[in-house]
Amino acid sequence: MNRGLRLGIGTWGLAVYAILGFVLLLTPIVYTIAFSFNDSVKSNIVWRGFTFDNWTSICVVENGAVCEAFGTSILVGVVATLAATALGTAIAIALARYRLRFRAAATLLIFLPMATPEVVLGAGLAAQFLTAGVPKGVGTIILAHTMFCISFVVVTVRARVSSLDPALEEAGRDLYASPSQVWWRITFPLLLPGIIAAALLSFALSFDDFIITNFNAGAASTFPKYVYTAAARGIPAQANVIATAVFLLAIALVIGSQLYSAGRRKRLARTP
Amino acid sequence: MAFGMIGTSDAPAVADAAPGRRSPVALLLLLPGVAYLALFFVVPFVSLIVTSLKAPDPFGEIGRYVYAFRWENYVEVMTTYWPHIARSFGFAIAATIIALLIGYPIAYFIGVKLRRFPLLQALALVLVIAPFFISFLLRTFAWKQILADEGPVLGVLQSLTILPDDARLTGTAGAVIFGIAYNFIPFMTLPIYTSLERLDLRYLEAGGDLYASPATTFFKVTLPLSMPGVVSGTLLTFIPAAGDYINASSDFLGAPDTAMIGNVIEANFLRVENYPVAASLSIILMGAILLLVGLYIRRAGTKDLV
Repeated sequence: MNRGLRLGIGTWGLAVYAILGFVLLLTPIVYTIAFSFNDSVKSNIVWRGFTFDNWTSICVVENGAVCEAFGTSILVGVVATLAATALGTAIAIALARYRLRFRAAATLLIFLPMATPEVVLGAGLAAQFLTAGVPKGVGTIILAHTMFCISFVVVTVRARVSSLDPALEEAGRDLYASPSQVWWRITFPLLLPGIIAAALLSFALSFDDFIITNFNAGAASTFPKYVYTAAARGIPAQANVIATAVFLLAIALVIGSQLYSAGRRKRLARTP
Repeated sequence: MAFGMIGTSDAPAVADAAPGRRSPVALLLLLPGVAYLALFFVVPFVSLIVTSLKAPDPFGEIGRYVYAFRWENYVEVMTTYWPHIARSFGFAIAATIIALLIGYPIAYFIGVKLRRFPLLQALALVLVIAPFFISFLLRTFAWKQILADEGPVLGVLQSLTILPDDARLTGTAGAVIFGIAYNFIPFMTLPIYTSLERLDLRYLEAGGDLYASPATTFFKVTLPLSMPGVVSGTLLTFIPAAGDYINASSDFLGAPDTAMIGNVIEANFLRVENYPVAASLSIILMGAILLLVGLYIRRAGTKDLV
């Protein structure tokens, strides 16, 4: 009896602690969203009243600098994601499916970029571009982002390849499918959820990266770099608008995919 | 492959089913990506080492350096910047502990207590990853405004006379540590959640049946079983935290006297153009992290990291 009561209190205490934790996690998000509606003049620090003006003037302030940086971030994110997903998926399949002589070395090479602090990755690449005389700009940002996204793609896709039943592909071969038919009709569709997850993770990592970008951007500016530079003189509310829009879109995607897979699980459970 | 735990919670721990054939196809698949990593990860690391040993231009031109083997760079950097190095690791360790103290109970709550409510569990997980979807620079800037001299938190603490009237929150070591801890709570929570999610609750019942107090059950059963998650969570927090320079920057939560090693590297590389100093500090940071992480993994006794 006594023990049951104590456990009850413990559970409630834990629930309160966890809820406080959620509040802590969400506080700066709520702040950022709220200040996208602030009727600010130049710097967006003091609350001066509610307005939609910032949402309609994203590309007007500072001659559209916010907008331009956002566009660069999208461009970098898309190109780096495509490159990293292609390269990383190939590595994941090779590691999960084939006997390799240099497996340990390759695994280490993929693991190390994830265990290296971003300053070191950024400074290393910048030193290399400096030595090679490559001018820094959007191109070097894309090269850098592709590099650090590959490892995360490999890890994500490899889990999917490992959980794939080889019998399905064998069945395809038994039914006289050519290797390319087996790949496009069986393997690729089964890997697709993992590949999409890896691509989304890459894009998110690239889009929010600041440190590596800062070392390799030169005069070019991505959204995070714009925010960092603007922090010294005051971040315009339009930056909050862009961050809010991206946030709402991402949350909608996550909740949508959760509902979709929950619905699918239910349907699958119902079919005998 | 503990690092893979983040974002792939529904996948089983990666253990490749006895890889089969040897084939030239494997090399073909592996080569482009591995070559890319060699070119843009390994070679840069080598040029970082080369740069760290360079000497100033004999003609005294600023920002130009010649190839040399000037290992004194390391000695000079260590004697000049040892407070920054110590601060980086001190801040990173403190932030990791705080993130663990906040993240572990959240992970336990979601993974164990919410198990009977799948919808609530999914919602709680979305709340944990929500910070990933909004620029971390803007989140850190939001904390700066919330903790600012005119902000709500300081005012409340002062009116409750917890803090004296002339106290500040931003620009202090405490604010920097708090900011770093905040930024990495999701990285700490998710891997711990992944290992607690699979925890068999009958073990906890067994502990109770054998007259262990809840605390004993936690320390003897739950915590050891969730160690893989704790190890990857602490590494995912500690490694980036030691190199972070946003939180410690004067434009965000820090002040000049809270500068970490990352701030020094950035300033030397991008503003002063003292590349050898930036490069040798990067190498020192990397070496120290590898050393600490190696010791930690050996103590924590997890082998399945790579």
